[in-house]
Amino acid sequence: MSRTVIPFGPQHPVLPEPVHLDLVVEDEKVIEARPSIGFIHRGLEKLVEKKDYVEFVYVAERVCGICSFIHGQTYCQAIETIMDVKVPPRALYLRTVWGELSRIHSHLLWLGLMADAMGFESLFMHAWRVREKILNIVEATTGGRVIFGSCKIGGVRRDIEADMIKSILKDLDGIEKDMRDITKVFMDDHSVKARMCGVGVLSKQDAYDLGCVGPMLRASGVAQDMRRLGYAAFSDIPVEPVVRTEGDSYARCAVRCEELFQSVQIIREAFGKIPGGEIAVKVTGNPNGETITRTEQPRGEVIYHIKANATKNLQRFRVRTPTFANLPAMLSVLPGCDLADVPIIVLTIDPCISCTER
Amino acid sequence: MPMTQEPNIEAITVDQLRDKVRALREQGMRLVQISATRLPDAMELTYSFDLNDCLTNLRLFLPGEDTVLPSISEIFGCAILYENEIHDLFDVRVDGLTVDFKGNLYTTSVKYPFGSTKSPCPTPEPAPAANP
Repeated sequence: MSRTVIPFGPQHPVLPEPVHLDLVVEDEKVIEARPSIGFIHRGLEKLVEKKDYVEFVYVAERVCGICSFIHGQTYCQAIETIMDVKVPPRALYLRTVWGELSRIHSHLLWLGLMADAMGFESLFMHAWRVREKILNIVEATTGGRVIFGSCKIGGVRRDIEADMIKSILKDLDGIEKDMRDITKVFMDDHSVKARMCGVGVLSKQDAYDLGCVGPMLRASGVAQDMRRLGYAAFSDIPVEPVVRTEGDSYARCAVRCEELFQSVQIIREAFGKIPGGEIAVKVTGNPNGETITRTEQPRGEVIYHIKANATKNLQRFRVRTPTFANLPAMLSVLPGCDLADVPIIVLTIDPCISCTER
Repeated sequence: MPMTQEPNIEAITVDQLRDKVRALREQGMRLVQISATRLPDAMELTYSFDLNDCLTNLRLFLPGEDTVLPSISEIFGCAILYENEIHDLFDVRVDGLTVDFKGNLYTTSVKYPFGSTKSPCPTPEPAPAANP
């Protein structure tokens, strides 16, 4: 049978960001996928030579427009490790709450995009309607909706008062109920299951060997979650990774659905245990040293490698984002799939290309 | 659970790289990142591996412009992205790549935007803002 090469992307209705695949197909079966990335490489790592290490928090937050807060938090954690800064406990709890709000809105965004890719428009709109409620909480507590701007080296910029905590907890009850309704459709609807069950199967061994992270890895049966390292308030709030064993697109969706409720529970627990006191300490001087810091983004483990040489400019700022780690696995599951399943498989890694290309 | 995030780095030579990486693979480690840093007189490479949430790092230096970095993509298939990236951003020649994008992984307007090994390391402009 003759082979055809079909270009997929960089501009494609199902892709929120540009990535290109040359799909080699026989009839409608994908034989090979050849990727091209790099359409939006921004050189943010190089910018560290121009911005001082305090200013650079703003750049780190802009590595990604979805998980911006955790990027800022990871950067601050790395600098605080090098400078041996003791962050006040209240600030650590506030970082945990904003990080989990970030995870919920990222997962809801992904669920909406997935519904849209399957042509399930009403489900897409419901997912984003609920996400809007999370963004309203973010706006009320930080003043921003996409870039939170609330993390700084030594703590956080804003506190959340007791009345606001009460109001957020009340809102979360309603949001949780809405999320139950939405996730029930994702998990039980016949047409949704027909599009995802058994599609893009990644074995546990392959997921591990290919360096997968986040829901992509956990959906293949590997219990790995960087929150178990105990950063922020996670030393007081233990997290058990959400794991599925099927390794298919449905399992990746199921992991994200379950993580929504896990994050709500973490926020409740954090607000229940949040200590009083300061929200930041003053940081002086310049960092000198090196660290490799890891946190759990909505898409998986992110790594910050930072080197400082006692000047106000860092010597090296290197970020390995979760999507970068998940690309090899995406390419490995595409061969053998139907052409119509390519958008579903590509979406199930929750690709964030602009943060991948930094 | 391990709490420390301090890097645990073992210095190695270029010749030792593949054997060391193969040994880590046999221990069940996964490759989590390869990071390059351009120093005034050399290129510094850091390989990070994880097992049970603990990091192990290998560090080596490429001293001259003609030094070739041996690829570990035969041992860890996912290394192809890191190694192609290092080539495209830093102009490091990588030998034995299982998938070589030949400089086309990133579409950048400037060739080797993070500095070529064949040109002197630029001195960065100091930041204008004062520190706290």
